[in-house]
Amino acid sequence: MTDQLIRRGLSRRGLLQTTAGLIGGSVLPAMPAFAEDKPIGSYPAGVSGSTAFIGISVPRTGTYAVQGEDELKGYQLAIEHINSGHDLIKKISPKTSKGVLGKELKFGVADSAAKPNEAVQAQQRFISENKAIMITGGTSSAVAVALNKLAQREKVIFVCGISGSNDTTGKDCVRYGFRQNFFGQTAAAAIGPVMVREFGKGKKAAYLTPDYTYGHTVTKSMQDFLATAGWTTVTNQVAPLGAPDYSSYLLNVANSGADVLINVNWGHDAVLSTQQAKQFGVLDKMKLVVPYQVPFIARETGGLMQGVYAATDYWWTIEDKFPLAKMFNEAFEKKYGYKPEWGAENAYVSFAHWAHMCEQAGSFNPPDVIKAYEKGETLPSLVGDVHYRPEDHQCVRPVLIVKGKQQKDMKNKEDWYDVVEIVPGEGLMQKPDAFGCHPGDYS
Amino acid sequence: MISWPNLVSQLFNGLALGALLALISSGLTIIYGTLGVLNLAHGAMFMIGGYAGFVAYQYTESFIIAVIAGSLFVMLLGVAMERVIIRHFYHRPHEDQLLVTFGLGICFVEIIRLIFSSQSQLVPPPAIFQGITNLGFMFYPTYRLAVVGIVAIALGALFIILYRTRLGMIVRAGIEDSVMVDSLGINVYRVFMVVFGIGAMAAGFAGIVNAPVVSLTPGIGDDILVQTFVVVVIGGVGSFPGAILGGLIAGEIISVTSMFNPGYAYVMLFAAMTLVLVVRPHGLLGVQGRE
Repeated sequence: MTDQLIRRGLSRRGLLQTTAGLIGGSVLPAMPAFAEDKPIGSYPAGVSGSTAFIGISVPRTGTYAVQGEDELKGYQLAIEHINSGHDLIKKISPKTSKGVLGKELKFGVADSAAKPNEAVQAQQRFISENKAIMITGGTSSAVAVALNKLAQREKVIFVCGISGSNDTTGKDCVRYGFRQNFFGQTAAAAIGPVMVREFGKGKKAAYLTPDYTYGHTVTKSMQDFLATAGWTTVTNQVAPLGAPDYSSYLLNVANSGADVLINVNWGHDAVLSTQQAKQFGVLDKMKLVVPYQVPFIARETGGLMQGVYAATDYWWTIEDKFPLAKMFNEAFEKKYGYKPEWGAENAYVSFAHWAHMCEQAGSFNPPDVIKAYEKGETLPSLVGDVHYRPEDHQCVRPVLIVKGKQQKDMKNKEDWYDVVEIVPGEGLMQKPDAFGCHPGDYS
Repeated sequence: MISWPNLVSQLFNGLALGALLALISSGLTIIYGTLGVLNLAHGAMFMIGGYAGFVAYQYTESFIIAVIAGSLFVMLLGVAMERVIIRHFYHRPHEDQLLVTFGLGICFVEIIRLIFSSQSQLVPPPAIFQGITNLGFMFYPTYRLAVVGIVAIALGALFIILYRTRLGMIVRAGIEDSVMVDSLGINVYRVFMVVFGIGAMAAGFAGIVNAPVVSLTPGIGDDILVQTFVVVVIGGVGSFPGAILGGLIAGEIISVTSMFNPGYAYVMLFAAMTLVLVVRPHGLLGVQGRE
């Protein structure tokens, strides 16, 4: 065959290239990276050069703006670490040297204002114009659910940002979406026993619920769990996202005879409603619980979280137990000047895991990356080892229960919480089919 | 099932909410009534009043100084805005005025976000108004009670300016026929500047007085602007008494609906607005105003 090729006028260089190609071809079955290289979504157009583009949408205005900015800082730090081959990234994604698969990460940021339509428009633009190879963002489950659908339609991987609704990896799950933080129901399963232990059985609960998928599923999850301990719901006050005043809702709560106020609100809504609950004397009458903790709520309410229990993804003081958390806190604080909250942690780790999966797949080809996730490999995170379930792409990870510290016990101005428990995710997590997840196709 | 104590509580809360809405709306409606300008930056004025007062409070720890500083700052901002930008739009179509004031509102919000970030800022109420008061039928935050009184005094002051002073007379005459006022040798444009300043000050004053009730964020004026417009439409665009009536009606609708189903509070508010527009296109106490 070699003679024939040479006779057809192939150069020496061409011969070497052909031979190399044949050798490469013989090992193809062992390398899933090159198994299916036909175009899909923004692949391979998005990574044909020396860079790979990521579309980020976070709320920079509106009721979730503070949390969105924190999340964005987590993304930016992760990208910086990935591009420079930082030691922390290497602990999570050992094959990462500089960039992902040698491609430098570039990114664009859009303000979603926590509105699904704005997030979808921005991400659609990133996919069409910038050939984004991955999209990310969140801080509202309504946004997460909308981006899930966009990702599945466009065949671009969506690494979900903050989203606590059961629906995100439940009934609205998709093949192209992955979530690192847990279900609202997982939070309920983690904090419920603590509440029963602290406050007793057969209590009356009042709820403040934001009127969208996150609020309804967290409230339902809390109600379901606490019913097993004989708790009843005396009132459930459902308010629109970004309500300017909670006085009317709080009067209903104050007159409800509840023992415990369960504030499911998030972002500035949680801050405002908690402050106003104090103004109306509600917090003097009943205990407050924030089942899904809100980043910055302790500092923004000026100490109203003292003695209050909450379930959360991350609190910086766990750095005593987890070396990676310490590395993260130090890098984050050095760059931004404050201790990271869980929005930043969630963003950073989700990115690091995506980088790991691309490196494992040896390709940006979405079906290959998805299949790498679906191996369910045990991965390091800032809160110990975790894994993604193949069935619903939900990360199985521990839940932290925190309790607000009294001011006199605070060792520094950011020492807002005691970590009461770190509950392993395995025992808390609902079954993959519990919320009706049916992910779509790979292609 | 109606719980009477709860109904009375909500009616009272509606009064407190309505008083604040009435004050903010009165500023908006005075500006429209006199100058024919629908100022979409009015919500941002409300927000800036809160932040200006917050800064003053940081330096002085005096709530009274915070209120004075917040109000005066926004008044000066209003005057500057009128002199530099708005006066060029008096004879332009309404759409131009809406767009330019909307744009200014966005700029103001972004400037505040740049300076203060999106994190909430707290302004505590003065010590004498802290805590909760037992009204017999309910417990109610003392400061919110004080707000009702403060707003009532402020509205009274505005009423006196508009209906018992020479300036007020000129302003009201200007609403009816600015050409005639001008021909009488009165510099209507100087009056317009003062009116814009007073209208803006009403929003700024409301912003800092309301600051201890809410936590300040750059977007705080967005929500209030929508409600304020509904109030103005219900009461009658350009009508000062209409703004007060509309504010009280809006406050009661929000509060009472919230007792039964909070999710429908805004639905009912907009339904009421639609009903008023159908039955009385100029609002309950509306006048024809400028064309």
